[in-house]
Amino acid sequence: MIDQLKYEIEEKPVFCSGHNACPGCGEALAIRYILNTMGSNTIAVIPPSCIAIISGHQPYSSMRIPTYQTTLEASAASATGMKRSLIRQGRGDVNILVIAGDGGTYDIGIQSLSGAAERNEDMVYVCLDNEGYMNTGSQKSGSTPYLASTSSTPGGKPTEKKDIAEIMAAHRVPYVATATIGYPDDLARKVAKARDMKGMRFIVCLTPCLAGWGIPDDAAVRVSRLAVETGFFPLYEVEDGEHYTINRGHTGLPVERYLETQRRFKHLDPDQIATLQGQVEHKWALLQARTKLECEPHPEYLTR
Amino acid sequence: MSMDTSNITVTSGQSCMPPVQEGDTRMLLTGNHAVAYGAMLARPQVVPIYPITPQTPIAEKISDLQLSGEFDVDLMTAESEHSAMCACVTASLTGVRVFTATASQGLLLMHEMLHYAAGARAPIVMAEVNRTLGSPWGFWPDQSDSLSQRDTSWIQYYCESGQESLDTVIQAFKVAEQVNLPAMVVHEAFYISHALEPVVVPSQERVDRYLPPFNPEHRLDPLINESWGAVVNQDMYYRHRKELTESMALVAERSIQADAEYQELFGRSYGIIERYRMDDADLAIVGFGAMCGTSRVAVDALRAAGLQVGLLKIKLFNPFPTEHVRAAIAGIPKLMVIERNVSPGIGGVLAQTLKANLYGMKDAPTVHSYLAGVGGLNVPSRLIEELAKKAMADEPVAESLWQR
Repeated sequence: MIDQLKYEIEEKPVFCSGHNACPGCGEALAIRYILNTMGSNTIAVIPPSCIAIISGHQPYSSMRIPTYQTTLEASAASATGMKRSLIRQGRGDVNILVIAGDGGTYDIGIQSLSGAAERNEDMVYVCLDNEGYMNTGSQKSGSTPYLASTSSTPGGKPTEKKDIAEIMAAHRVPYVATATIGYPDDLARKVAKARDMKGMRFIVCLTPCLAGWGIPDDAAVRVSRLAVETGFFPLYEVEDGEHYTINRGHTGLPVERYLETQRRFKHLDPDQIATLQGQVEHKWALLQARTKLECEPHPEYLTR
Repeated sequence: MSMDTSNITVTSGQSCMPPVQEGDTRMLLTGNHAVAYGAMLARPQVVPIYPITPQTPIAEKISDLQLSGEFDVDLMTAESEHSAMCACVTASLTGVRVFTATASQGLLLMHEMLHYAAGARAPIVMAEVNRTLGSPWGFWPDQSDSLSQRDTSWIQYYCESGQESLDTVIQAFKVAEQVNLPAMVVHEAFYISHALEPVVVPSQERVDRYLPPFNPEHRLDPLINESWGAVVNQDMYYRHRKELTESMALVAERSIQADAEYQELFGRSYGIIERYRMDDADLAIVGFGAMCGTSRVAVDALRAAGLQVGLLKIKLFNPFPTEHVRAAIAGIPKLMVIERNVSPGIGGVLAQTLKANLYGMKDAPTVHSYLAGVGGLNVPSRLIEELAKKAMADEPVAESLWQR
């Protein structure tokens, strides 16, 4: 059993410096811990996203593993064909890693992701969640938080962020986790845990976008920690769709401490901030309640 | 492969029955089931597939053959045709032979990945069962679905019988893997897909001799560390498309060669085009798919009535075998294209393509274009005879004419 608070990050040299990310990019940090934990016996599937930019243009690559760039909605299906082909060749030991953005996961890619989850396809799927189509100029996605300003919702997004971790947990896949770059040991531990499991393993990693969120280039780590401490983005794991473990979460810090760091929330009035505070409290209570749900497995029901 | 042959009578020498060689099995099969046997004999290792009428009997037969242990394959039941094609591309790029099948809306949903597959040079073979496109809904034979995908860089073969479809699936793998391009084996809904005919299912041993295992030089593998799909610059993209086009230009000759080798091993041959009673013809009917069977009957009747009419069957539609078609029609003053599809604003797609490929030909024939059977309407041989007489008498016009 890995001690979740004392995890020592072990990095293998897969992700290189000199990549194309913006200086201070949260996503580049995430990719470092993900790739360097997955190791070299891995093929990465990458849809259009900032990750595709960071991985490099032909003939350059920032990743010392084979990469396959697929279409925006196709990551999980592409990973499926790859893994099944390798298994048929007796090469099932090769890790298949999807690194997709939130647009390619929450929105256009959710059908192929849901299909792959239902079939429990063998892959590690990491969604690097910067809460919008940041690569195309900060448009709103299904992951954009309620009231956040984007280039397609300049007055603030009128609807709530989809809960992708719960959607994936509802598929009863072996492993679902949330993570963020502010806690790299937690992120690396979760990637290592996912790597060593079988079936569909899904991690959503909050990765602040400097330009899209309107934060300084030294703020990505600090802002991502505030997302956790204010309860805006709690870190937790779900195994087999029902066993919940909260790793880090709401410390009682008001959500305003998180919102005030970012230009995308600058337009909020006190009522709107209060609404967001209420939303955070409600979801945090729901999450805690889920960890306390206890249900003896039915003897005739075999979980995967 | 083990097959129950106890109830099958093997008779040779009947002109209406395909010849049988040692180890072959003659079975009564629908066109779609014939395709499933062809796929099994080619030994694909991964088959990502999604059901759609009228393709479903292919998927069902493959499932049955897998369950019975005859077909050792990973059958991936995708959640859409789009995902099925996504998985086809990556399974192929990772180093295994891949087969799938679809129809109509399913093919259109795949459209993006059809381009992607060809760009990735993945030699996937896909059976495509022609069906009308919505809206409105219909389930009828109409070639507009596959023809609308002409520009996706897939090889397209059009077949007129279950036997031809089975044989072409096997041949298509041979050609596709030589030129690193995907291939579509097309036949029409119901007329071919669900019609029962005697079909010779060749022996696995002979198919194995014909089709070597798929072992691509380039593949996605951490031991090789090659990648695919990253952004290229304008010069790289230009060279990539030029190379793809050059590979496409090899397809006609490779198809002829694959067909000749097939003839040698299996005793059946189709060619990339077929000339039927074309000698001294005043008019050649040009068609593809199921229309060719009916047209042969019409040609026989017209010849019996003293009219010099022949048939040119186009089997390889993309890449269009320009030189072979020109040679086949040299000296014939008139062509009559009869086809079961329409591109509104353009007319018949075969007629359009044919006319473009006759441009600049010395003494090029005139082309009469008829849209018959669009939406799956029956086209009896009598109608084809009438149209042939009309074409022989009329001056050609630029547009395609609706006929029923």
